[in-house]
Amino acid sequence: MYLYDPIDQRIVDERVAQFRDQTRRYLAGKLPEADFLPLRLQNGLYLQRHAPMLRVAIPYGVLSAQQLRMLAHIARRYDRGYGHFSTRQNMQFNWPKLEEVPDILADLASVQMHAIQTSGNCIRNITSDHFGGVARDEIVDSFTWCEILRQWSTFHPEFAYLPRKFKIAVNGAQADRAATFLHDIGLHARCDAAGQVGFRVIVGGGMGRTPIIGHVIREFLPWPHLLTYVEAILRVYNRFGRRDNKYKARIKILVKARGPELFRDEVEAEWAQIRDGASTLTDAEVRRVAGRFTRPEYQPLEDLRLPQDGPFGAWQKRNVFAHRQPGYAAVTLSLKKTGVPPGDVTEAQMDAIAALAERYNFGELRVTHEQNLVFADVRQDRLEALWQQLRQLGLATPNIGLLTNIIACPGGDFCSLANAKSIPVAEAIQRLFDDLDYLHDIGELDLNISGCINSCGHHHVGHIGVLGVDKQGEEWYQITIGGNQGMSPLGTPAAVGRVIGPSFAQHEVPWVVERLIEVYLRHRESDAERFVDCAHRLGIEPFKQNVYGHPDSPRKDRESVAA
Amino acid sequence: MATLIRRGKIASPSQPEAGAVLRLEPQDDPAGIAARLEGAARVEVNFPNFTDGRGFSNARLLRERYGYRGELRAVGDVQRDQILFLQRCGFDAFVLRDDQDAGESLAALADFSEAYQASVERPQPLFRRR
Repeated sequence: MYLYDPIDQRIVDERVAQFRDQTRRYLAGKLPEADFLPLRLQNGLYLQRHAPMLRVAIPYGVLSAQQLRMLAHIARRYDRGYGHFSTRQNMQFNWPKLEEVPDILADLASVQMHAIQTSGNCIRNITSDHFGGVARDEIVDSFTWCEILRQWSTFHPEFAYLPRKFKIAVNGAQADRAATFLHDIGLHARCDAAGQVGFRVIVGGGMGRTPIIGHVIREFLPWPHLLTYVEAILRVYNRFGRRDNKYKARIKILVKARGPELFRDEVEAEWAQIRDGASTLTDAEVRRVAGRFTRPEYQPLEDLRLPQDGPFGAWQKRNVFAHRQPGYAAVTLSLKKTGVPPGDVTEAQMDAIAALAERYNFGELRVTHEQNLVFADVRQDRLEALWQQLRQLGLATPNIGLLTNIIACPGGDFCSLANAKSIPVAEAIQRLFDDLDYLHDIGELDLNISGCINSCGHHHVGHIGVLGVDKQGEEWYQITIGGNQGMSPLGTPAAVGRVIGPSFAQHEVPWVVERLIEVYLRHRESDAERFVDCAHRLGIEPFKQNVYGHPDSPRKDRESVAA
Repeated sequence: MATLIRRGKIASPSQPEAGAVLRLEPQDDPAGIAARLEGAARVEVNFPNFTDGRGFSNARLLRERYGYRGELRAVGDVQRDQILFLQRCGFDAFVLRDDQDAGESLAALADFSEAYQASVERPQPLFRRR
C-alpha cells in the first residue's frame, strides 16, 4: 500500500481540524444545516434514518492490517461493533454520533486514513480492479495510477461543487474488473504499438435512474497527459453539466444531450489549451508514487498442484485466483455467508482478519467492489492452513462468482433513501440456493440487489438484478436480466439489464430467480455458457414466459398492479 | 454591512474606482468579457448559491486563459468555508455573506497549508515542488 509522506499526513490532519471546527460551529448554531450539509457530505457524513452514517475512504480498496484494526476499534468504540463494506470499496458505520465524528476522523488520520470526498458533489473515492499488482493479465499496476489520481482529486479547488457526484475507476489489466463502462470516467490501461503505457478513456457511464454504458472518447491517452485530460473533462462538466435537476445532473446526461462526438470535441478543445502544462505527469513523479508503495517480498517458489476435490477443493476452485508470481495465489474472503448482510463484518472478525493478513499476506488486504476481501499474496503451500482459519471465522463460503455472492446495498433496514429492504431478500435467495453442488452447476452468476433506483447495489449490471420499488407505500421488486459489469476479452460486453415485467412481492423474489435459472439450465449450450451469455443469446422472452406464464406464477391474480 | 476581504485582509469598502466593474453570472462564458478585461476596475463573479461551482472554473479561465491580473471578487453567497478554494482558483477579494464572521473567515484562508494541484495560487503542482 501507499505510505504517506509528511505532506500527505499534514493535509489529512488539517482536514480533521477543519471539520472539528465546522462541527463545533454547527452544534453551536453558527453554521446553518443547509450550509453544513455539503461540508459534512464531503467528509462522508450522512444524517440517516436511525443515526448518522459515516463513510470512511479506503482508497482503491487497499488496507493494511493496522488500518483494519483501527476500523475495528472505531466499530467498538463509536459504533455497535460492526461495519459495512460498500460497493465503492469503502467502509460505512451506521451508528456514530455526530459530535464524535471529529474524534473518529482523528483516529483515522493516525493510521493514514480519512473520510474525504466519500460523498457530496465532488470527485469520489477512485476504485480499481482488486487484483492490481498480482493478476496474470496485468498491463500496469493500477494502484499507482489510482494514487496519482487520488492526490490530484483530493481538495481539487475547482471541482468541489460539481453539478453532482463524480466517480472514476481505473483498470490495469486486460479483463475489466473495475466496471469502467459504468463510471463517470473509466480509465482502462493499454499499451500502444511502441509499448508506451496509456489509457482508453471512457466517459458518461453509470447506473442510477438512467443507466447508461459509457462512451469511449479517446482510444489511447499517453500516461503523461492523464491529469490534464481528466481535468479537461471535469472542467467541461463543471461548466456545462445541468444544475437545475439533480436527476439530470450527472455527466452521463450531458454526454447524452451533446452526443458523445460533440462532447469529445469540447473536451479535446479544452485539453488543447492545457495539455503539456504544469500538471503533465513526469516519469519522476510516477516513480516516486510507485516507490512509496510497500511491496511483498516473494520467496522463490514453484506453483503447486492444488486439490480439486472435497470442501478445500471447492473453496480453492471458487475463491482462489491465479497469481503471476509462481507459488503464490490471491484469495477472496467471502463476506456473503448466508444469514449475514452482504459486506458486514464485526469488530472481532476485523481483528481476526488483520491477524491473518499479517500471518499470511504481508499485512495487507483489499476490499472488492463486490463487497468481499482479498488476500492478494498468499503462499500456495499455506492455502489450506488459511482456509481452516477462515472457515472458523465464517469467511470461507466457496461462492465467489456464484449466485449467492450477492451484491446488496444496506437497503430499507438502514438507508433513508431506500424504497425497499434488500438484506432480507438477499438472505431468502441465499437460503433457497444453499445446495453447493447446485450452485456450482449454475456456474458464474452475478445477482445484485438495490433498495432503490440510486443503484448502490449495482442491480443494473447484475446478470440478475433486483430493484426495490415503492407502489402506494408498499415494497415491490422489479427483476432485470442480462446486465453485465465488465467487458472481458471474450464474452458478453458491459450491459444494462432489461426489466422482465411487472414487479413482485418480497417473498416471491426467490421463486422468480429459480424460474430464471430453470430457463438457463434448460437452454445453455454448454457449461461454459454463463447465465448472462445465455440471456443475451436468447433474449428475455423465454425467461419472461417461464415466470409470468408459469402455472404457479404469483402474478396471475395481480394483473391490476401497474408495472 | 457585509465584510470585504481583499488580498488576505479585511478591507474598507471600495472608493469609487476608475474603470468599469464587470460581472459574471454562473452561466456566463468568460470569453464574453475577455476583450474588456484590460482597463476594468474589477471583475465580480456572482455565486447565487455557494453550491453552484461554475464560478470556480470561470475564475481560473479569467486568470489562466484570458490573462486577467486585476481584482477578481467573489460576491453573493460567499461563506467562510469556501473562500480558500476560491482563492486557489484566482479570487483575491471576497464580499462575505452578511452573517459571516470576518475573523473566522480570515482564518479559513489558513485551513490548509499545502495543496496537491496546480492552481492560480500555486501554478506548479505539488509533485513538481516535492
